[in-house]
Amino acid sequence: MMKGLKKWRLFSLLAVMMVFLSGCGEDYLSTLKPSGEVGKQQLNLLLLTTVIMTLVVVIVSVIYLLAFLKFRRSRVGENVIPKQVEGSHTLEVIWTVIPIILLLIIAVPVVTTTYKFADVAAMDEVDEEGNKTALTINVTAKLYWWEFEYPNQGIITAQELVVPTGEKVYFNLKAADVKHSFWIPAVGGKMDTNVENLNKFYLVFDKESKDLKDGVFYGKCAELCGPSHALMDFKVKALSPDAFDAWVDAMKATEGQTADKASTDLGEATFANSCLGCHAISGSGAGGTPGPNLTTFGDRNRVAGFLEHNEENLEAWIKNPEEFKPGNLMMNAEGTAPIYGNLSDEEIKALATYIMGLSVEK
Amino acid sequence: MDFNTKFTPHTWPDHPEQATMEGKNKVVGFWIFLACEVVLFASLFATYLALKNKGPAGMEFTTQGLFELPLAFAMTMLLLTSSLTSVYAIYHMRNFNFKGMQTWLAITLALGLGFLALEIYEFQHYVHLGFTFNQSAFATAFYSLVGTHGFHVTLGLVWIATLMIRNAKRGLNLYNAPKFFVAALYWHFIDVVWVFIFTVVYLMGVIG
Amino acid sequence: MSSYTQKKGFGATVWDYITTVDHKKLAVMYLLAGTLFFAIAGFEALLMRIQLMKPNNDFVSAGFFNELLTMHGTTMLFLAATPLLFAFMNMLVPLQIGARDVAFPFLNSLGFWLFFLGAVFLHLSFFMGGAPDAGWTSYASLSLYSPGHGIDFYVLGLQISGAGTLISGLNFIVTIITMRAPGMTFMRMPLFTWTALVSSALILFAFPPLTIGLLMMLFDRMFGGNFFDHTMGGNTVIWEHLFWIFGHPEVYILVLPAFGLFSEIIPTFSRKRLFGYSSMVFATILIGFLGFMVWAHHMFTVGLGPTANAIFAVATMAIAVPTGMKVFNWILTIWGGSIKVTTPMLYALGFIPSFVAGGVTGVMQASAPLDYQLHDSYFIVAHFHYVIVGGIVTALFGSAHFYWPIFFNRMLNETLGKWTFWVFFIGFHLTFFVQHFLGLMGMPRRVFTYMEGQGWDQFNYISTIGALMMGVGVIMMVINCLMSIKGKPAGRDPWGDGRTLEWAIPQPIPFYNFRQTPLVRGLDPYWIEKQEGNKEGMTYAEPIGDIHMPNNSAIPFVISLGMFIAAFGALYNPDADKPWSIYILIGGLAITFGAMIVRSIKDDHGFHLHKEEILEIEEQLYGKGGNK
Repeated sequence: MMKGLKKWRLFSLLAVMMVFLSGCGEDYLSTLKPSGEVGKQQLNLLLLTTVIMTLVVVIVSVIYLLAFLKFRRSRVGENVIPKQVEGSHTLEVIWTVIPIILLLIIAVPVVTTTYKFADVAAMDEVDEEGNKTALTINVTAKLYWWEFEYPNQGIITAQELVVPTGEKVYFNLKAADVKHSFWIPAVGGKMDTNVENLNKFYLVFDKESKDLKDGVFYGKCAELCGPSHALMDFKVKALSPDAFDAWVDAMKATEGQTADKASTDLGEATFANSCLGCHAISGSGAGGTPGPNLTTFGDRNRVAGFLEHNEENLEAWIKNPEEFKPGNLMMNAEGTAPIYGNLSDEEIKALATYIMGLSVEK
Repeated sequence: MDFNTKFTPHTWPDHPEQATMEGKNKVVGFWIFLACEVVLFASLFATYLALKNKGPAGMEFTTQGLFELPLAFAMTMLLLTSSLTSVYAIYHMRNFNFKGMQTWLAITLALGLGFLALEIYEFQHYVHLGFTFNQSAFATAFYSLVGTHGFHVTLGLVWIATLMIRNAKRGLNLYNAPKFFVAALYWHFIDVVWVFIFTVVYLMGVIG
Repeated sequence: MSSYTQKKGFGATVWDYITTVDHKKLAVMYLLAGTLFFAIAGFEALLMRIQLMKPNNDFVSAGFFNELLTMHGTTMLFLAATPLLFAFMNMLVPLQIGARDVAFPFLNSLGFWLFFLGAVFLHLSFFMGGAPDAGWTSYASLSLYSPGHGIDFYVLGLQISGAGTLISGLNFIVTIITMRAPGMTFMRMPLFTWTALVSSALILFAFPPLTIGLLMMLFDRMFGGNFFDHTMGGNTVIWEHLFWIFGHPEVYILVLPAFGLFSEIIPTFSRKRLFGYSSMVFATILIGFLGFMVWAHHMFTVGLGPTANAIFAVATMAIAVPTGMKVFNWILTIWGGSIKVTTPMLYALGFIPSFVAGGVTGVMQASAPLDYQLHDSYFIVAHFHYVIVGGIVTALFGSAHFYWPIFFNRMLNETLGKWTFWVFFIGFHLTFFVQHFLGLMGMPRRVFTYMEGQGWDQFNYISTIGALMMGVGVIMMVINCLMSIKGKPAGRDPWGDGRTLEWAIPQPIPFYNFRQTPLVRGLDPYWIEKQEGNKEGMTYAEPIGDIHMPNNSAIPFVISLGMFIAAFGALYNPDADKPWSIYILIGGLAITFGAMIVRSIKDDHGFHLHKEEILEIEEQLYGKGGNK
């Protein structure tokens, strides 16, 4: 009877916690509403530790309040000299052993999950033909944008990560300039991008992102990296495996796509003159361009990672990137003008239309 | 016992460095300071080990190619001997033999100077080879570790020399006895650090 | 010799404070300097909170926000919390162990001036081309990339003030080891003295790695070194390790003395000896020891590998055990006691649940896989503010009320004190409780702004309101302190329940502290004497005799000033257009070394205060009949 009651209590406590937590945050951003195996296990750990720790806080508070209420001087008398107790070995043992037991209960899943999350052996597995079986994405963090290279598919994109659902996606993480940290809160915990070594980990995306508010998960930079650290967002599009394959094919098909200086389209000509030196518009090939790859710009969700996706914002951005993302590398060394020079309003308008038109999905 | 008391070898206490409250504090404090120096050097050693042989792509310098054991061995011998001579100096200090102490301290200084000269020669030699401070992470870590030790040696030399000159005419008393004692402690510490440098940087660099 | 108690002119007073080696005056100086920097850093925090009050705010710019967050953290930890705790250590440790001063009064003064001028140097950066902006952690890749001289100010300023902290720490250790009065065995020392000892030991072992880290940063930024330049074979993770080998113990350096202060307040106002004294001592030492074994829990996401993460996770959790012991011992001290809810006790009572809440979130973050989500989010911001504000700042405020009569022979106003507590305490929980959820909802820390539509607006607004309340609380506290100037002398043992030696000394405390060295007959010596009806408050270990005291000296100030000047030279030295900087560097170092040479060549034997002079001073302080 007692045992059942205790179980029921614990369960109801858990249930209350769940309700409380599920009311928190947005499903495209919150760690409390995870859409992937990694994030879910982390949430489970969070719940386990929260329950145990709440228990501790409650017990401590109750004893403490009792002590406080029972032994106030106004109750025990002004001139009472309390018994000067030295201590108690029994009590000391009790409050040493019980916390140790509680910590052991936490430590077991902590250690096992630590090893589990670090298991990236599958990255090197190959099929009979020698092709890698797992999807690997090379993430390069730069001031203040993200490059995503798919080495096995030979394609590259930026700012908007595209992944298939239902499989482990492996990441090679690296920073090109200063240290950043790669974090998709709603899918799983973060990992730093260091400048001197590759970090590897995996995430699983359970849910397609098209039903989310913006149709994407939000990604964040979680390590202070300069003035625009707060604006170094990226987005994640999780597609069904079929849709993902189609996207990969569409990306491959852009091989050799480029802008022509002699084009009659003012936007394309301006792009070829002023932008092509840093920004590629072919999704095929390797990374390493100074600026983000723009092949899929029209399909994206944000301008510069955080501004609403429309032509006005894009024009304003091209006109003066420094105003939006201080410290970004589109400005010259003195920070006075963009490295591509000051373009005329007409050119910028055409350019914005041209860039908005770059798409593989439409 | 007071600072100004005049002593003879008979009335001189067995442990003059700890005969006064100030002296006792000084000795305890100095041991604690040395504990802190140990951590300081440990940090430098750890960094050196992490950056050993690391440099820009295609760097030609390695510990094997660079270091020469005979020179490092000579430096070790000089410093070890100087540690021994400083023990003699403290022995005479405890026996209230001021002249004896000064003489042995002078020998300690000479040996220390010899060590420093060899170290300067060594650094100069490396710089001529192109192994400058800015050449690689390895170089920066090497010069920082060994250079910090060299800086400590220099400080020790200046310190002991100042003490000798300062007290040349006054002789020993309970005010300066702890000073000589802790200076000697410091010198031993420098010597111990060098033993580690010799092992970790030179021996393990060339052989290991 | 009546000059000891005569009124002095302003200039003479300033000179007296610059040259003083008296631990009580230095304690007051630490208190003032610490409060100044606490106010500055608190103001910086308010500016940041106002910026984050609503989404897409433009109250401060992105670059300035980074300067604010860096200076807020750096100042609060190095230049506010540390000196404020040093104020209490300086004032109380010699009094609690029955000593006339610290072991090295000269070094005590040197430690203060190095800290203070280093701190001033760091703050001048605001007016000289921009403050450091890479976070208080100053991670190497960003701090090397950071333009301007901000990071150089950070490196040099912390190097100087860190040297001061190290010297003071060493001084406390020797004081506690060698200067205890007869009968004051280690296991009879008040718990605050114990925590001061352990915390000083942590300083001793934790600051050298920081010194080396800063030195490397200095080499890299100013002399073209390659420690952290990966293209030259360097490695930025070395900085992270060195910083956190220092940085984690630093947390315990601050929190242990805070525990110590509460371990004095709680027994006093429970009228009951500290429950489980020996296990409290053991727990203090254990926390100090474990504090060095866990630094990599700040680096779970750096990619050290699962084995390192697992080991450090479990080691970190282990710290919860001794900390829990302490909490239960405090509660059991209250249990069966006679609790008087004074302002200091109110802070102590508020501290227990707040600190426990901060502690348990620490265990959550120790769970490495969970920390991958929590790390560098607002959750960690909430966690460490719960520990630092809930643990350390409440300790500082509470002890300010508690020990004000020891410092100044005046009481703080109790009514205003209780109001202050409630305003500050409610503001504190309002500010930081919601930040846990902001972190869980995906908000990274150190962001200067955030966009709408991420579900963070409301909690950020609440948090800012709370921060403003905390600001009001601090202002009320300062008003209370200023009001006490006009207060009446408090006299000996104004709380009526003092237990330890510092309460047994008649007020105002003469500069030599104890006319006769006391004989300590057990834990809580003053309590024992009071229970036995001893009006004198002390049993003496010696008859009245001559007292040997150290001389005042301006040399510590000059040494520190030389370093301060040299730092400017070093700062501008790499600039090609400032060739004069090298002369400033050399000049500054010459002042420092010159002062050191003067110090070692001029014998300083101190002076003796004779029996007649002592009696005369006491008659002036306490009226005819002396110490009554």
